[in-house]
Amino acid sequence: MNKRILIVFLIIASSLGMLSLDQFEDIFKITKKDVKLIYPTYFPKPSYSFSSNKLSPDKFVLGRKLFYDEILSKDNTVSCATCHERIAAFAHIDHKLSHGIYAKIGTRNVPPIQNLIWRTSFMWEGGVNHIEIQPLSPIENPIEMDEKMSNVLLKLKNDPVYVSLFKKAYKDSEITSERVFKSLTQFMGLMISSNSRYDKFIQQKDTLSKMEMNGLTLFRAKCASCHTEPLFTNNGFANNGLKVDPSLNDEGRYKITKNEKDKYAFTIPSLRNIEMTYPYMHDGRFKKIMDVLNFYSEGQNHNATVDQRVTSIGKLSSQEKKELNAFLLTLTDKTFLYDRRFVDPDYVFSR
Amino acid sequence: MGSLLILIGFPFMVFTQNVNLRFQNKVGDMPLIIDSVNYKNELNQDFTISKFKFYISNVRFENTNGTTTAPSTSFLIDQEDSLSLSTNLISIPSGFYSSVEFILGVDSIHNVSGAQTGALDVVNAMFWTWNSGYIFMKLEGNSSFSNSPGHFFEYHIGGFKEPYNAIRKIKLTFDQPVEISKHKLIDILINVNVLEILQHPNSIDFSKNSSIVEPFQSKIVSDNYEDIFSIINIK
Repeated sequence: MNKRILIVFLIIASSLGMLSLDQFEDIFKITKKDVKLIYPTYFPKPSYSFSSNKLSPDKFVLGRKLFYDEILSKDNTVSCATCHERIAAFAHIDHKLSHGIYAKIGTRNVPPIQNLIWRTSFMWEGGVNHIEIQPLSPIENPIEMDEKMSNVLLKLKNDPVYVSLFKKAYKDSEITSERVFKSLTQFMGLMISSNSRYDKFIQQKDTLSKMEMNGLTLFRAKCASCHTEPLFTNNGFANNGLKVDPSLNDEGRYKITKNEKDKYAFTIPSLRNIEMTYPYMHDGRFKKIMDVLNFYSEGQNHNATVDQRVTSIGKLSSQEKKELNAFLLTLTDKTFLYDRRFVDPDYVFSR
Repeated sequence: MGSLLILIGFPFMVFTQNVNLRFQNKVGDMPLIIDSVNYKNELNQDFTISKFKFYISNVRFENTNGTTTAPSTSFLIDQEDSLSLSTNLISIPSGFYSSVEFILGVDSIHNVSGAQTGALDVVNAMFWTWNSGYIFMKLEGNSSFSNSPGHFFEYHIGGFKEPYNAIRKIKLTFDQPVEISKHKLIDILINVNVLEILQHPNSIDFSKNSSIVEPFQSKIVSDNYEDIFSIINIK
């Protein structure tokens, strides 16, 4: 739908003489300026700094093409972008659980892709320990892309377009898994959300309404120990007191650590762009932000491993919920959601 | 230009890489042959082997005066890849050495370093995708005692985080000091006894343990594989 709107816009713009065909391409051209690592001064130092993966426009463009290409899946039907939609901060908008190859349904809600270079672990259970090898997990998962990395490389080597893109990016046309992963990391690692109204407020370029301000104060008192500013996550894990869904019986972090204390704990997600990343929770059980607030206020299930930071939230009044909701909406970052760098022109125009 | 580089590069390689590690995989006294020979474990259970691969890393030599050389990178030894059995070149400074040390597995730093090439490339299928970390050893095969589909057994052993750390340090002492110089390639032939993976201290029963594939399950095997190596000869 969004693609169609964009195409219609471009066609109208060009027919009115506002855009020439060359300008079409210019819009999506990636320059050195586009691949500079820029983030606000109040952000911490990222855990991944691209020091052994020097940013370049050609590597970024290669990563962009890979991200949008179904060639990564066994039957060439599923790309990263199938489940990670740009308009939803690269979450899967309005999808409770992800569906992958052969229309198989997964057990988890698709997380957004944003500010990954500040993360210290990946996936809902935190089992993946490095941004570069994260894509291997969906590529080889039988219900996501069901492909073998060695076969991905074979397919890429047989594609003259990729051979020339790898040559452009790496000076020789050798296609290795390391190069695939590093290019994808350049594309995804630069998905940085730092220009929401909250950010403009912190930078004193905008003000918040009274309602939003009250929400921020409440947020800092009740939510920020896990959803810590400015990234709105502390990179940790917690059992937030959700009732266990017996059809999934997802033990979360316990699967990785086999430590009883980690049973039903999941990655604490960032709340940036929360307006766009619905539905919520690791299994997508809540449709609206208000559902989430109602849950923390009066719906918690106090099983053995529930986190004390969650049980101490206490009951929220309906006014408080409205204030928190208002504040959370200030985390929407339109600069990021509409960033042209993350649009793949081939993908848009070939369909 | 290319041939010039080879001319310069080739003697340089011979000059620096002066030690070669070779591996001979056996099951007790019998040679390891994939899919064709019937072996017996100490519980008298029959089995065949369809896959045997393992990593050794950080190879160091101890000088007769007690100092050790800088560790080298990782090697993936695969029974089905004859080059990996015969050619694992490293460079060691001249001197007299009393032992060689290495780890069976991949050290913790290389388990958290993201995308890598060579032996540590994930295309070697020795990496857990959902719980990041290298599989240090794969031993797969069949036994009529296994209750898994097709009487299959598979042991994927790894894990670098406590309390599930499957990295094991190996030290092989030479009978007499070995002189290593820059000008001569020393060839060290190492015996790997697969039978020891299945015994001592833990007797692996195919009827009870046909699938060991996660770090938290690894200990029963990783405690066994410390003593699978021995030196056959040094030339």
